[in-house]
Amino acid sequence: MDYSPLLISLKTSIIATLITFLVGVYVAYLVTKLNRFKGLIDGILTLPLVLPPTVVGFFLLISLGKNSMVGRYLALCEKSVVFSLTGAIIASTVVSLPLMYRTTRGAFEQLDRDIINVARTLGLSEHKIFLKVMLPNSFFSIMAGVILAFARALGEFGATIMVAGNIPGKTQTMSVAVYTAVQAGNRPLAYRWVLVMGIISFVSMVIMNKFEKNQFGKAGKAVN
Amino acid sequence: MNHRRILIFLLIMILSTTVLFGCKSEDVSTEDDDIPDETPKKTVELLVSAAASLTDVMEELAEEYKAVEPEIDLTFTFGSSGALQAQIEEGAPVDVFMSAAQKQMDSLKTDGLMLDDTIKTLLENKVVLITPKDSELKISSFEELDDDTIKKIAVGDPGNVPVGQYTEEIFQSLELKDKVEPKLVLGNDVRAVLTWVENEEVDCGVVYATDAFTTDKVNIVTEAPEGSHKEVTYPAGVVKDSKHSEEAKTFLDFLSTEKAASIFEKYGFSMK
Repeated sequence: MDYSPLLISLKTSIIATLITFLVGVYVAYLVTKLNRFKGLIDGILTLPLVLPPTVVGFFLLISLGKNSMVGRYLALCEKSVVFSLTGAIIASTVVSLPLMYRTTRGAFEQLDRDIINVARTLGLSEHKIFLKVMLPNSFFSIMAGVILAFARALGEFGATIMVAGNIPGKTQTMSVAVYTAVQAGNRPLAYRWVLVMGIISFVSMVIMNKFEKNQFGKAGKAVN
Repeated sequence: MNHRRILIFLLIMILSTTVLFGCKSEDVSTEDDDIPDETPKKTVELLVSAAASLTDVMEELAEEYKAVEPEIDLTFTFGSSGALQAQIEEGAPVDVFMSAAQKQMDSLKTDGLMLDDTIKTLLENKVVLITPKDSELKISSFEELDDDTIKKIAVGDPGNVPVGQYTEEIFQSLELKDKVEPKLVLGNDVRAVLTWVENEEVDCGVVYATDAFTTDKVNIVTEAPEGSHKEVTYPAGVVKDSKHSEEAKTFLDFLSTEKAASIFEKYGFSMK
């Protein structure tokens, strides 16, 4: 059995989760601070969650392809995102970002306003408050978001096959390998990948539930 | 407000990192020079975009091709013909395109994205009537489908499954449509139809020959009569932007050789 889809999937989803984590947390912070256009920006950021992945993939293909601005820029160094691992990472990042952003924003909004106001009266700058008060107090929720984003990135199919294609050993992730195996009538191979994906996703969800329980356990104690 | 500045900074960061990543990533169709090879000949990598239904057969053909042209390295990407078409339109570095329908190839040709003189109709897929392996039905043609012993016929949904549209054409041209209509069970794709027949959920079904060849749990009763439906053809051609069009042409020629034909036929395809 060729293990390359497993490695490609892990590589893609780990890098995507890292980017999603940094961008998602920061964007969630900025959006909670917004007064105007909150709904609009929230809508745009959540869109990839509700759009069919093939639509996201098609959009990415058009905006990163040869005829796009980004594509022309990349063409200068003779590169193309289409059919590359980078394409797979971008696709996974875009579809997993809403999950990270939503979870984190929820955590930030549920924080006790009093703690933040106390920090303010004690003279902490807004950025220090973000780093030293908001982040540590939402730690478990953010970790739950990270795992959720990872699981989503791992399962990404529609956008990935559009942007990165389905090149065995190069861009063929586990989800795409299942599709190919089914198309080729290779049931045993499909079952094997389904099993591997099932196990990884299940373990991820168990870990996520653990984090969520911790967060609410802590919140409960704070109230009492 | 310095938030805006940070946001702009972040945006520039994301853009530049993607560009950096893009520059580092390997281009799929350039020469491969990380193989320590003593011969001065360079390996040429060809990227073939092929319809998903060609997955199995192309992998076997690639093995065969290694013996014929060792310095050409074949890489495949499989997907639905429509998606492959969109990718080529957006400049994916593809050398050879093998479509499961004429429509996608024609559209690329009209847009001037193919080398016109390389396009040829390579393969044909037949539409066949299948029954479960242990079926006791005595049936030998499409015309007998109106028989009362047949209760359920699985076909692709003509609304969105290509094989379903062909099946509808067959029923219409054989003037069976009204008689079989109440027996039809509509599948969401051709694999669903095949699975129903394999598991004896239905008495018989209509699929492509290549689908029937993937399993030993079904019998092929008969092919659809000549002219009862539009031909199911697989065109292939070299993409205009290919950097290795000569090698791509050589590969296409190989696909028409007898050696390749025998492999295609093993998977249920007919040569054109």
